[in-house]
Formats: sequence, structure tokens, C-alpha cells
Amino acid sequence: MHRQRADMEALIVGILEQGLIYGIMAIGVYITYTILDFPDLSVDGTFPLGIAVCFVFINNSLDPWLALIAAFAAGCIAGAFTGLFNVKLKIRNLLCGILTMTALYSVNYAIVGKATDFLGTDCTTIFSQTKGFFIGHSEVYSKLIVILVIALAAKYALDWYLRTKSGFLLRSVGDNESLVITLAKDPGTIKIIGLSIANGLVSLAGAVYCQYSRSFSVSSGTGTVVMGLAAVIIGTTIFKKIKFLHITTGVIFGMIIYKACISIALSAGLQSQNTNLMITILFIATLMINEFALKKKKSGVNRGA
Amino acid sequence: MLELLNINKTFNAGTVDEKRLFSDFCLKLNEGEFVAVIGSNGSGKTTMLNIISGSMAADSGSVLLDGTEISGMKAFKRAMRIGRVFQDPALGTCPSMTIWENMSIADNKGKSFGLSFGLNRARKDFYRSRLEILGMGLEDRLDTTAGTLSGGQRQALALIMATLVRPDLLLLDEHTAALDPKAADIVMQLTDKIVSEKKITSLMVTHNLRYAVEYGTRTIMMHDGGIVLDSAGEERANKGIDDYLKIFNEISIETGN
Repeated sequence: MHRQRADMEALIVGILEQGLIYGIMAIGVYITYTILDFPDLSVDGTFPLGIAVCFVFINNSLDPWLALIAAFAAGCIAGAFTGLFNVKLKIRNLLCGILTMTALYSVNYAIVGKATDFLGTDCTTIFSQTKGFFIGHSEVYSKLIVILVIALAAKYALDWYLRTKSGFLLRSVGDNESLVITLAKDPGTIKIIGLSIANGLVSLAGAVYCQYSRSFSVSSGTGTVVMGLAAVIIGTTIFKKIKFLHITTGVIFGMIIYKACISIALSAGLQSQNTNLMITILFIATLMINEFALKKKKSGVNRGA
Repeated sequence: MLELLNINKTFNAGTVDEKRLFSDFCLKLNEGEFVAVIGSNGSGKTTMLNIISGSMAADSGSVLLDGTEISGMKAFKRAMRIGRVFQDPALGTCPSMTIWENMSIADNKGKSFGLSFGLNRARKDFYRSRLEILGMGLEDRLDTTAGTLSGGQRQALALIMATLVRPDLLLLDEHTAALDPKAADIVMQLTDKIVSEKKITSLMVTHNLRYAVEYGTRTIMMHDGGIVLDSAGEERANKGIDDYLKIFNEISIETGN
């Protein structure tokens, strides 16, 4: 009985930990998908980019917090490339993401030098550094709390940015590009900034994941964007109604719900190779619920002058 | 103030659908003029606005704003001096942002969009007073998102936003065409009020003959990429809608439109 409770606790903590890490990635996807209206597939490459950069930092005994910042910066640069492809070279947005993602596969491999690798047990991570603060039973939550702090910091930083003048422009550019032009601002530059921040966050999530899992795999980015989109759609659909919650909070909750669904399905006997199929079904289901909710809302609006 | 010199524009050049719209088109606007442009579909009114604003490039010719050549400038750079209100009310405001946020970004035009707080709290009362002029009750709905407003309200808001920082030149692109008659009248009266109050040189394209006669200081009629009528001052004052309609019909009969 006692054993069962401990298992349950570990399962929930695991869901929350992963949900929050991937939640940071999801708020990045929220920027591109919802705010910029830009289907950015570079995410599948920038998440492992964060892992790779962080991996090299930790492996060389550099500060694990500095590793997070470096990963964020690397993601920003990668995102800026996606933006430049679109804005300067006029390549279609979907293709821009695919190009960056494809290029990053080689880049990530080159950074680490191997397809898969593990961090040694003696490596210092943000989790090993902070473990000492937690005594007794609270040790179970040590990782979760560190992740929570980072996720909240990322969320509040983004919330703050979206309320600045620069953030206002970012919000207008996806909504109404002509307005940005009439404000005498270049929509292209703002798009590049937006993609940059988004991929920075995705890469940051990768860096946290690297220290959490203590491993690197060049193919670990596959499916990231779908996961992020699912969280964004779950988050914006379910939590839109709750006024006092920021959408960014909703998106992180969306990711936790998503991770919970996967965990429950796995513990209920779903074969792990089938998760991708399950992800797709879950994704389509949320999209359809979303569509249905939108239709209902639209038919209720009276179209006056 | 604004000068279009020898503008040439051909659509679908080199194809069977080739259409030469402007050949050596010229137009001069004086400081403080409020010009109404009328003309049938395809006469080149909107293309002319697009060439001035920079959202479309002419094949050749020059666009001079206060003597400075701007035809090579990007649209967003020209926007520093040119304000614009579109036909589609959705294009003048940001739908997901509140009225207050919309007013704040419009108010920041020409300044830097940095990391300072976006919402302008200090000017809240000023925004209220600007919105009060509309008589639409928007001043009490500053926290409402612009996307939930009706077309007329959005267009009125768009007009206020476009002129919040006074542009040297205001382009009005059939900005009342998508509204119902009552809302169109309100927006038109508001336009006249703002333009004369702030003394903004304006170029208004309209399909409404009555507006072209009643408002503004000069009326231009365009047809097939040329100006068929250009009247101002006393000559204009003596012309009524019927006179314009007559010319309009004559052209229509000629071209079988």
C-alpha cells in the first residue's frame, strides 16, 4: 500500500517535471504558432540544439547555469536563420523551418561529435548543485522545484516582454501586418525577432532536458513541434475561458495535461512505439474540439455594422 | 507637397492579359489640400494610392514628397510621413489587442519600440477624449479587444489611430466603402473633422459621389489611368452631384461600361 503511494507520487512528479520542461518549449511554439501565425518546424532542430550545446558545456565542466544561457543564445541564432530565410530570401515559411531543422541535424551532430552520448555521473548539473537544499522526503521534489523555477522565470519573462512596446509590435505583426507597416516599422525584422525568441525558449527547454536526462541523442527532436502544438492547442482551448490566467500559463498546463495523457496511456499498457500514433490522434481530437468550439462561438456573434 | 511625375504602370506585362494603366501619369497635391478621387473600377485610383504608399512599385516615374524622391523607399519607411486608412476595417487595428493597447502603439509611431512598458497609462485620459469625439461609447471600453468591435467602430478607431501622430499626408482608400450608410456617414464626418482640425494634406479615394462633392477642397475624376476632371475652388463649389454623374455616364457610354 505504502509502496503504491510512493510509485504514484513518483509518476506524478515525473509528469510534472517533464510537463514543465516541455512547457518551456511549448511557450516558444506559442509565439510562432499563435502570435506570429508562422508554422515553425525548426523547433524539431532547436530542441536538440539546446541539448547539444548544454551537453558540451557540462561535459567540459562549465557552469550549468551558463550552459542554459548559451543554449538559449544558440536557439536564438537558429531561429533568426529561419526568419532570415523567410524575410530576406522569401522562402515559404513552412519550408524555412524544415531547412533549419535539417541543417541543425548536422550541426547538432557536429557539436557533440556523436549521435548519442551520456553525461558522466560526476558532472555538475543544475540539479546536482541544488540537491543539497532539499532534506529528507522533500528530495523527491528537488528536480521538480528547480524546473518549476526555470519554467516560471521563462513564462514571466515572456509575459513581461509581450507587454513592452516591442512585444506589442510582435503581437500586431501576426495579427495585422499592414498595421505594422503603417506604424513605420519593418514587419520582417519583427518576425525575425519573434522567431529568435521562440527558438531560444525551445533551445532552453532542450538544455534543461539535457541536464535532467543526462543524455544527448541527435534524433531526440523528432516530434517536438507536434508535441508543442498539441500543448498550445490544449492550453489555448481549455484555458481561454479562464480570464485571470495568462495564455502562457495555459500552454504550460496544456503540456502537463499532454504528458499526463501519454503517461497514463503508457502505464495502461500502450507500447512505447505506438505513442506517436497516439500523439497524432490526440492532436487531431483537440483540433476538432477547438474547431467545434470556434464554430459555436462564431454562430453566436451577431454581425452588426 | 506630393508630386507624381510621369508614372508608368503596366499589369501582366508580356502576357495576353497585358494592361497598360498609367502612361506618364502626373498629379500634384498642394499643402493642406483635401482631395477626393472618384472614378469607375479599374480607373487606377487604388493603384495610384498603392504607388504613393509604396505597397506597389511603378514601372517608372518618380514620387516626390516635399521635393524628396521616395519611389525607391520601402513602404514602412514612407509610412513615417504617410498615414493610411484601408477599405477593410480589419487592416487598421490589431484585433487581438485592446483599444487602449491599439491607441498606445499608434501613439508611439515614429518613436522607438523598445523594452519600456507598452501600455501608455499617462495618456489614458487623452485617448479617452479622442475616442469621445466619435460618440460611440468607445471611451468607456478601453479594455475591449478591437476584434470584437463592429466594422464602423473599428474603422473610426483606425482613423483616429492613423492620425494620432499627425502624418504629413493621409491616404484614405475607400475607407467608408465596407460600412453601412449610417456608419459610413459617421466615419466620413469624423474624417473631415480630423483632417481640417489637424490640417493634414489628404488624398481620399471614394465611390461615393456625394462625399466627393460635399467634402474636401478638390475633386478629381479618373478614368482609364488618366485624370478626366480636376476641379477646385469656385468652379468646384458650383458643381453638384448631377454634373459629375453626367460626365460619369458619358464615359460609361463611350466605353460601354
